[in-house]
Amino acid sequence: MAESGNGGAVADRGRILVVDDDVALAEMLGIVLRGEGFDPVFCANGDDAVQMFRATNPDVILLDLMLPGRDGIDVCRSIRAESGVPIVMLTAKSDTVDVVVGLESGADDYIVKPFKPKELVARIRARMRRSDDAVSQILSISDLRIDVSGHMVTRNDEIVPLTPLEFDLLTCLARKPGQVFSREVLLQEVWGYRHAADTRLVNVHVQRLRAKIERDPEQPEIVQTVRGVGYKAGPG
Amino acid sequence: MGTLLAGPRWIRRTWRRSLLLRITSTTLVLSLIVVGVLGYLLLGRVTAGLLESKERIAVGEAASGVSEAQRLLDASDTGPTTPSPGRLVDNVVSTLATRAGAPGEFDLLLLSSDENVELPERGTNLAMVASVPPDLRTAVVSTQRQSWTYTTIRYLDARQVPGLAVGAPLIVPTVGAYELYYLFPLSQEQATLDLVRGAVLATGAVLVLLLVVIAGLVTRQVVVPVRAAAQTAARLSDGLLDERMRVRGEDDLAQLATSFNDMAQSLAQQIHQLENLSRVQQRFVADVSHELRTPLTTVRMASDVLYEERTNFDPSTARAAELLQTQLDRFESLLADLLEISRFDAGAVALETEVVDLLPLVHRALESAQPLADRLRRPVRLYADHPTYPVECDPRRVDRIVRNLLDNAIEHGNELGVDVTLGMNDNAAAVTVRDYGVGLRPGESQLVFTRFWRADPARARTTGGTGLGLAIALEDARLHGGWLEAWGRAGRGACFRLTLPRTNAAELRDSPLPLAPIDEVAVAR
Repeated sequence: MAESGNGGAVADRGRILVVDDDVALAEMLGIVLRGEGFDPVFCANGDDAVQMFRATNPDVILLDLMLPGRDGIDVCRSIRAESGVPIVMLTAKSDTVDVVVGLESGADDYIVKPFKPKELVARIRARMRRSDDAVSQILSISDLRIDVSGHMVTRNDEIVPLTPLEFDLLTCLARKPGQVFSREVLLQEVWGYRHAADTRLVNVHVQRLRAKIERDPEQPEIVQTVRGVGYKAGPG
Repeated sequence: MGTLLAGPRWIRRTWRRSLLLRITSTTLVLSLIVVGVLGYLLLGRVTAGLLESKERIAVGEAASGVSEAQRLLDASDTGPTTPSPGRLVDNVVSTLATRAGAPGEFDLLLLSSDENVELPERGTNLAMVASVPPDLRTAVVSTQRQSWTYTTIRYLDARQVPGLAVGAPLIVPTVGAYELYYLFPLSQEQATLDLVRGAVLATGAVLVLLLVVIAGLVTRQVVVPVRAAAQTAARLSDGLLDERMRVRGEDDLAQLATSFNDMAQSLAQQIHQLENLSRVQQRFVADVSHELRTPLTTVRMASDVLYEERTNFDPSTARAAELLQTQLDRFESLLADLLEISRFDAGAVALETEVVDLLPLVHRALESAQPLADRLRRPVRLYADHPTYPVECDPRRVDRIVRNLLDNAIEHGNELGVDVTLGMNDNAAAVTVRDYGVGLRPGESQLVFTRFWRADPARARTTGGTGLGLAIALEDARLHGGWLEAWGRAGRGACFRLTLPRTNAAELRDSPLPLAPIDEVAVAR
């Protein structure tokens, strides 16, 4: 999974929905994304975003938080309600509250303006690279069964619906049960960050993952917190 | 011992602090003095008046009694039969006693003046000879005239009554020289005086009490609004700008309240205005930084595309693309710092603390500063004497502080490099970053934290710092309840010390590391 940076140029032909009202920025994003081999489609306001998403069925959505019409948070919630498609927020604010609200409304990752094109592309690739590791493998942790190649998690033959990001996070932890992963390592492995970044990203998604897979999210058994260090998968 | 000392101190404090107590107790003391003097004078007048009239009556009665007795005795002398001396004096005493209007108005004592001759002596109502003071007897005998004095009348049944003794000589024919004493008991007058004294005391006490109560009430009327004003003022200064005094009536106190409220009103208005102004300003900075970001992102990406393609341009265009790229970096960090400062100014920052080991954190900061250190050929050394440095802090902010200090030290240092030292004691951990470069001139160790401050305005920056780094670092340190201090000497380098409390609750008293480097202190000595 580490060689996704240069290995997936052909496989990447992914479609990216860019929801941003700034025409110049959208155009520039288009230039950069096309240059990297993506297929960008654009939407300039919040009201049309969900419809556009249904019509184009993108692989990744780049979503500006400040939009005319419905705001980005709202759009993010609506899309997340019907799909697990990776959503990367574009935000001009790095204030704690905004980022956390965005993540809690369902975004997988965020990137603060102004960003470097390479940084953006790395994030997009990280969200898309799932198709790369197609090794057939079944993991089990607690009473969960994880079909790695089929992207499916089941409990007692019932499917537990996870977004691709939540699936990646769980798989990363479950591959090495009992091993403690620091937040920085998880950011590298799951989100594709090369430098230290905001560890709140991990916290928010661990909370969301727990809400879906734990019997009692207050007393997590599968994804356990190791105080001061990070997280580990519970007894497998 | 403690309570003995605490008592007076408590009283003294209350005395100093309570106007009500001071005024009422002053009133109490002064009215006690006035009432006491008045009562004393009044009682004196009443006593003198009472005794004067009694004296006049008594002396008159005694004089007429004595002359009556002398007349009786002289008459008996002319008779054919001379009665025995005993009968004679009995007669005189009983006759005189009957002159008293009421029984007990006076008592009589008929005493012999001649000590050598045994003569019959008489008295009425068990009055004792001891009732007559010896001085009076001497006076009567020597002057042979009427004399009087105050005395205590003693009776055989042990009663003692204050009284007036009036004596006069009396010659009993054929028998000898006698003295006749009238004893007027003053019990009536005593009773009257007791009554008057009681009345005066009671009146005085009531008067004093009334005065104190009145003083207390009057003072309260003044003190209560004044206290209310003081409390309102205290609440105002605590920031409750909507506090106002109650205005009642139209008197001076109401005026005080009105003026007070007007003052509070205009103060609140000005404060709100200033708050608004600074809020508008902060908002403006935040908005500007924010609005700049979207176009900056576009420019940034465009610049990146150009930069990637620069090998295909002619040399001057390629150089332009490079410059665009590097200056955009600088522009971005300036914008980020501005936004951060505006967040501090707006008070919109919050700590997200966890227990972090400072050693790996500092290590990471060293690693990220390594490229700059290598480029400028300045070795960076780390000294740590503990295996771990656990501190409850916001790692992002502490990381930012340490990086900033490191970049600064590397930029302003020389080939001697930079020393980074970690230290820890029970309640604090510290990091010092020391360089041996240009140093700081006297007074500059405070100025370095000023926004956009430059040691030498003419000096060019090599790394393109924003000028806000140390100001932000100082705010970050303060947010932790920590210290960020600078030491420096011109030409000998500078040392920055970050001290953080090991837990959020702890308060810093000292730092585990000295601010002035030990080698420099030794040189100074």
